[in-house]
Amino acid sequence: MFDVATLLLVIAMALTLVRAVRGPTPYDRILAVNVHGTMTVLLIALAGFLTGRPDFLDLSLTYALLNFVGTLAALKFFKFGHLGEE
Amino acid sequence: MMEQAIDIASWVLLISGSLIMIISAIGIIRLPDLFTRLHGAGLADTGGASLLLLGMALQTDFDLNTVKLGMIAIILYLTAPTASHAVAHSALIGGLSPENPEENQSTDEAGEQDGEKS
Repeated sequence: MFDVATLLLVIAMALTLVRAVRGPTPYDRILAVNVHGTMTVLLIALAGFLTGRPDFLDLSLTYALLNFVGTLAALKFFKFGHLGEE
Repeated sequence: MMEQAIDIASWVLLISGSLIMIISAIGIIRLPDLFTRLHGAGLADTGGASLLLLGMALQTDFDLNTVKLGMIAIILYLTAPTASHAVAHSALIGGLSPENPEENQSTDEAGEQDGEKS
């Protein structure tokens, strides 16, 4: 059952990449990449169950935290033009 | 008997969660405006993630892996609304208007000009 869910999730991730490439404003791209990251978290967890190695859940946890920090950093850069070095 | 019921429930949860993910991706592609695309993104962050994580949690032996799945769910529930709010607030400050979607068709220079101003 995990292979069907993984296949459908990969299709959904490919569809979000379309908006990340096309999207007219930078905020559309950031939104699409954020959703892509959320789907990647679930894809890593599903891959762990698919291959019978649930240790992948640790990677999934780490990716969830990194995705959030990366989104906020990109948004702050777009909002202020720098990351706060002055 | 009990294992079959758990397997069927896990099937239903995993497939419906994946279908919600695809619906969310189609919404992100086809909706006309950033503030309506946020609606599609929220669908993936709440509905799809909840159903997929619940379907995976039913397949564990209710040990440490279940706790890890719960931690992933808590982290996603805390960070996804924050990220969505940050995107919407940043777009509002950056000049996109929720009331006039026709004006939002500008190219990538909008964000860069705002960065230069502030």
